[in-house]
Amino acid sequence: MIQIPQHIIDAIIQHAQEDLPNEACGLLTGTGDIVKGHYALTNVDHSPEHFSFDPQEQFHVLKEARAKGQKILANYHSHPSTPARPSEEDKRLAYDPNMIYIIVSLAGEKPVIKAFSLIDCCMCPYEIQII
Amino acid sequence: MSKIKVNDEEQEVNLPLILSGLIRLNNVIQPDMVSVQINGEFINREDFDTTVINDGDEVDFLYFMGGGK
Repeated sequence: MIQIPQHIIDAIIQHAQEDLPNEACGLLTGTGDIVKGHYALTNVDHSPEHFSFDPQEQFHVLKEARAKGQKILANYHSHPSTPARPSEEDKRLAYDPNMIYIIVSLAGEKPVIKAFSLIDCCMCPYEIQII
Repeated sequence: MSKIKVNDEEQEVNLPLILSGLIRLNNVIQPDMVSVQINGEFINREDFDTTVINDGDEVDFLYFMGGGK
């Protein structure tokens, strides 16, 4: 389970909406299972169908989190027009077994956020508790 | 043995060692998909086989993150 404060859920959704029509991406930092920081990063693909993080930005977040005694707990990206489930490309490009993968879908009337973890090369549903 | 830090955790390694060897030692699942910084300096992938690890180095690995709908 990952625990995410409501204001960070709101910030993720806002980021996803602001980056339309493109996919948005970012990182969540914290301690244990509790998210404490939200970083809206650049989708260097600038695409409605793909996303890639900027490694330099990833390292910047890593160092800032470490300075606060936190770790990178999760990454997120948006699906502007498809459901909140890992696409074939999402599955193929998920490499980090210690990362929680969050997808926010803007396809429906209301945004939907779901989390997944990589277990034995399979993207399995992961519980989000909003705090 | 020399002491270095990998992802903020101390490791003891035998030198000489190159970066691609350190990546293998750390059982990185997809070595082609990691970005690396040593002492805050970004290392280009084409330099992984020639970058020498030194005593006291602080090395960070991050996986590429990407995908699509």
